Amino acid sequence: MADKIATREAYGMALAELGDKYDFVVFDADLASATKTGIFKKKFPDRHFDCGIAEGNMMSMAAGVASTGRIPFVSTFAMFAAGRAFEPIRNSIGYPHLNVKIGATHAGISVGEDGATHQCCEDLATMRSIPGMTIINPADAIETFAAVEAAINFYGPVYMRFGRLAIPTIYDKATYKFEIGKGVVLADGKDCAIFATGLLVGFALEARELLKADGIDAAVINIHTVKPLDNELVCSYAAKCGAVVTAEEHNIIGGLGSAVCETLAENCPTPVRRIGVRDVFGRSGKVPPLLEMYGLTAGHIAAAVRESVAAKK
Amino acid sequence: MDQAKIKELKRLSAEIKLGALEAVWSASSGHPGGSLSISDILAYLYFVEMKIDPKNPNWEDRDRFVLSKGHTAPAYYAALALRGYFPREDLKTFRQVDSYLQGHPDMKGTPGVDMTTGSLGLGISAAAGMAMSGKIYNKDYRVYAMLGDGELGEGQVWEAAMFSAHYKLDNLCAFVDWNGLQIDGPITEVMDSTPIDKKFEAFGWHVISIDAHDFEQIAAALEEAKTVKGQPTVIIAKSIKGKGVSYMENQVSWHGAAPNNEQYEQGVKEINTYIASLN
Repeated sequence: MADKIATREAYGMALAELGDKYDFVVFDADLASATKTGIFKKKFPDRHFDCGIAEGNMMSMAAGVASTGRIPFVSTFAMFAAGRAFEPIRNSIGYPHLNVKIGATHAGISVGEDGATHQCCEDLATMRSIPGMTIINPADAIETFAAVEAAINFYGPVYMRFGRLAIPTIYDKATYKFEIGKGVVLADGKDCAIFATGLLVGFALEARELLKADGIDAAVINIHTVKPLDNELVCSYAAKCGAVVTAEEHNIIGGLGSAVCETLAENCPTPVRRIGVRDVFGRSGKVPPLLEMYGLTAGHIAAAVRESVAAKK
Repeated sequence: MDQAKIKELKRLSAEIKLGALEAVWSASSGHPGGSLSISDILAYLYFVEMKIDPKNPNWEDRDRFVLSKGHTAPAYYAALALRGYFPREDLKTFRQVDSYLQGHPDMKGTPGVDMTTGSLGLGISAAAGMAMSGKIYNKDYRVYAMLGDGELGEGQVWEAAMFSAHYKLDNLCAFVDWNGLQIDGPITEVMDSTPIDKKFEAFGWHVISIDAHDFEQIAAALEEAKTVKGQPTVIIAKSIKGKGVSYMENQVSWHGAAPNNEQYEQGVKEINTYIASLN
């Protein structure tokens, strides 16, 4: 396992590396050193533009750039993209389905010390509600690179969700094949299907190991594309396992848990337990105790799986 | 500009007004007041100023126009129809469920519409983005935008104003349709956006003030804008809301109301009388 790296860092590195291969420009809202688009800026100073602290303008402005046939990446914190600039994204980018790539960093509780105002646990909900928006929440640095390249080669608005926290690498760059909209079965299993996204994918894999001691064989599926959801894979694993746990660093309302419940309710009713922020605001703190406090650890996922499996009997 | 040309522009503007009125009347909804106040500028932009090709609406190097005050789509659609982007007769489908003429401009559905707008404050940002792209990729097209005076209440307008000056977008020229009225009343009572000129000046724009209904002033302002280097230009165009239809002029109530049959006929008659007077 490689050194730990935050997906925001991997995002900045991906932009810098892919900048040689593809023609795109990058905009940031006075956070380039935090969103890591600054890595791209260093290599391509003529293709990186600061918009200042004005996220609404940045989104609609990027729509104008995209309308001329160019590919703009726009970056800020998830809170100020999917939150503050929701309406410009909805009306200037989403409605005309313009080719803008939104790289939103500092999503979720793992922002840590900055606290509730900056811990966006609502972005998947707001972005999911925009017709035609593609949402990708990578689980590690390798997947981030692949997602950025896939977003460049895909026509349409894409919301990419990145984290602040340095996390272990799950994938092998040489062999990993990423496809927008296709979930990845990281570990097969038969007793319960864990659908996880982003930071929680690594925790789900840890939970699977913990559950072996209980004789539980849990499947771990990485849903990197929260929208469009891989309905087929979700339904097939729900049917196979008969129990589902979702795991995300987001409010249990409106994110992956909701998306999975929606498709299962319509297509393959299956009991679901949701690991996520339980409709409360975050708070300041170091990340490990925060994840513990908000119920977002491997232990919490494992406990939910045990409950799900017990309920089957 | 010679008198024949001015006369022709006046006729075109009147035709835009007839089209806008017909669209709003057919839909029994829409925004006539602010459509009539911008008809002269639209006529000049679409029939004189802009480098466009109605046969190739997506031509990469074309000049762009963004109707930031998107609710005045009736005049916009009429101008586009008259310029040849789509049939004039389609104006009567405005706001109907099977029409491509949406209540507010939809770039994906309507030929000639360069940007989807309607939510106030967003269009000027998009126009700045088009201008920015032109600068980044060394294109020489120009970008025009039309703001409302009430729209200036949106904070994003000023974000866009700051951005455009910061990046020296001298390929961007915005108009402010200063008709003095917004939905709830005169702007000076609802939310005073004046002094408009001093605000833009303070934001680093080149400011020109004109009479929105004087073609020589429109022409001169647009010529001046093209000579300005290193700054975006705003043309503050003092206008009459409802211009050309006597009972609509300077009436807040005609911001977003459709004329009934009698009112429509009277409006058409007044405009046709005006057109006849030009000959």
